[in-house]
Amino acid sequence: MSIITEITLIAVVVSIACALPGVFLVLRGTTMVSDAITHTVLLGIVIAFFITRDLNSPLLLIGATLTGVFTVWAIEALQRTKLLGDDAAIGVVFPLFFSIAIILITRFTGDIHLDQDTVLMGELAFAPFRRLTVFGIDIGARAFVTMLVILLINTGFVALFYKELKVTTFDAAFAAALGFSPALIYYGLMTLVSLTAVGAYDSVGSILVVGFMVGPGLTAYLLTHELKKMIGLAVVFAVINSVIGVRLAFAMDSSIAGMIAVVTGVTCLIAFIFSPKKGLIKSTITRKREQKIFDDKIKNIG
Amino acid sequence: MWNQIIALFSDYTFQIVALGTGFLGLLSGVVGTFVTLKKESLLGDALSHSALPGIGIGFLLIQSKELIVLLLGAAVSGLLATGLIHLMSKKTTVKFDSALSLVLSSFFGLGLVIMTYIQGSPNAQQAGLDNFIFGQASAMLIRDVRLIAIVGIIILLLVGLFWKEFKLFTFDSDFGKTMGYSERFVEMLLSTMVVLTIILGLESVGVILVSALLIGPAVAARQWSDRLNIVVILAGIVGFVSGISGTLISSIGNRIPTGPSIVVVLSVFVLSSLFFSPKRGIIAKRSSYRKQKRTIEQKLQALKEGQIK
Repeated sequence: MSIITEITLIAVVVSIACALPGVFLVLRGTTMVSDAITHTVLLGIVIAFFITRDLNSPLLLIGATLTGVFTVWAIEALQRTKLLGDDAAIGVVFPLFFSIAIILITRFTGDIHLDQDTVLMGELAFAPFRRLTVFGIDIGARAFVTMLVILLINTGFVALFYKELKVTTFDAAFAAALGFSPALIYYGLMTLVSLTAVGAYDSVGSILVVGFMVGPGLTAYLLTHELKKMIGLAVVFAVINSVIGVRLAFAMDSSIAGMIAVVTGVTCLIAFIFSPKKGLIKSTITRKREQKIFDDKIKNIG
Repeated sequence: MWNQIIALFSDYTFQIVALGTGFLGLLSGVVGTFVTLKKESLLGDALSHSALPGIGIGFLLIQSKELIVLLLGAAVSGLLATGLIHLMSKKTTVKFDSALSLVLSSFFGLGLVIMTYIQGSPNAQQAGLDNFIFGQASAMLIRDVRLIAIVGIIILLLVGLFWKEFKLFTFDSDFGKTMGYSERFVEMLLSTMVVLTIILGLESVGVILVSALLIGPAVAARQWSDRLNIVVILAGIVGFVSGISGTLISSIGNRIPTGPSIVVVLSVFVLSSLFFSPKRGIIAKRSSYRKQKRTIEQKLQALKEGQIK
């Protein structure tokens, strides 16, 4: 398998794994919480690394995921005090966790194989060289295998709890009345977001993960009103964005994850302007037409 | 320890850096109060990330690290991003926070693409350009501090001049509009001030953490007063003190980056204000809740006993 095919494959798997929970983040309007998570899992990664001394340990994955869940809890606890706005609570929690992580990394950067650039920016170009071997047999690039497992977990969660996710996303009060726990589903979703962010950090870095999550979901949201179609479209766009992104990055010899984020932004912008359902052009025309009808009515009254 | 601190305060480099970060903290405290009260504080986060491609393009255009040009590029791309976020969230059904995260990551991605492209070019001038991502306060020069001071004083003057308008639109924009003030003008002015503040902070605190400086001081100050003028002044002071003490800690300690160290100091202010504020604080609220509960229980008890008799 050539390097570019392998990188494309990894990028596609990462993108789909991110896009699945992303659909629900977009619908719930909690994408900035996921942005906070992608920053704070860094602290989990660093602390877990100090304990295990091994960047490949599965404990790292679990510890960092727990930090993500803890972040969600901390943000909610602050929001419940009503002493500060919901957005300010996010803006208070993640810079603190992130700063502690950066201080730890810089202080001990000589001793450990973990520097801030790789963690933040990631580098897909190196992903094929980090192999995963089980009993001496090479079973593929580590990022590919990890993200494939995470993708399966995400798919399983969405498929199993589709009904619960749907009802808690669109009408939390109704869901609670039916006996579903919106909080439980919310935390389940956020655990997946954390897990995905941790899994993706070494290939795409912790800042761009949020784009991988929100972009395809938002593009799909602009094009349809149906949840099932939205999920399908999000997956399609995740694939398209990463394939085009990898090609362009190779052509220009630049950051691959960065290029995928740019392509994601561009496809979303195109959908935003031209979508026949919710696009900018469509909504401007509708507004103008309604204004005219209203004006005519007013005139008739006069 | 004390000798070390005293020696540090007479150190020229430290004086410059501390002055710069202190003034930066003051400025972002003042400007941040308005955005935080308007519940648009995360806009700063998106803005600072979106400044990265502007810095890269600025460098590509002139092929040298002329600070003014880089900051100008940052300002243009930051304002473009703000415009895009407002366009997406106001004209269609896209939610504000979805627009925010999408624009943030796409612009940051573009920034990375341009940075990696520049790194591949043979121009030796490019070294140190990626300092903007994490900030490098120790690289501050006297002219940077002068720039912060000049722009800062202009911003503070503008805040004083348009105090009434800012106050009006922070708390009741509909009322402001019926009074005949232009909302668009006030919003533009505030966005421009936020962009300028963030850009001044990019070099020392970096793209990722500079938004924390906007939110933290305002949240801390808000817990101590209900009056806007006092909150603004307190936020300025909190920002100033955090800037200087963060710089101090990072200079004394071994290998502690300045930006994160400022944020940690600031967070201590925020958390202690949230807990210990005498009127609104978490502890004060809890104890007043307990007191109330006790009086009600006593009254109930008295009522019951009265009935039995």
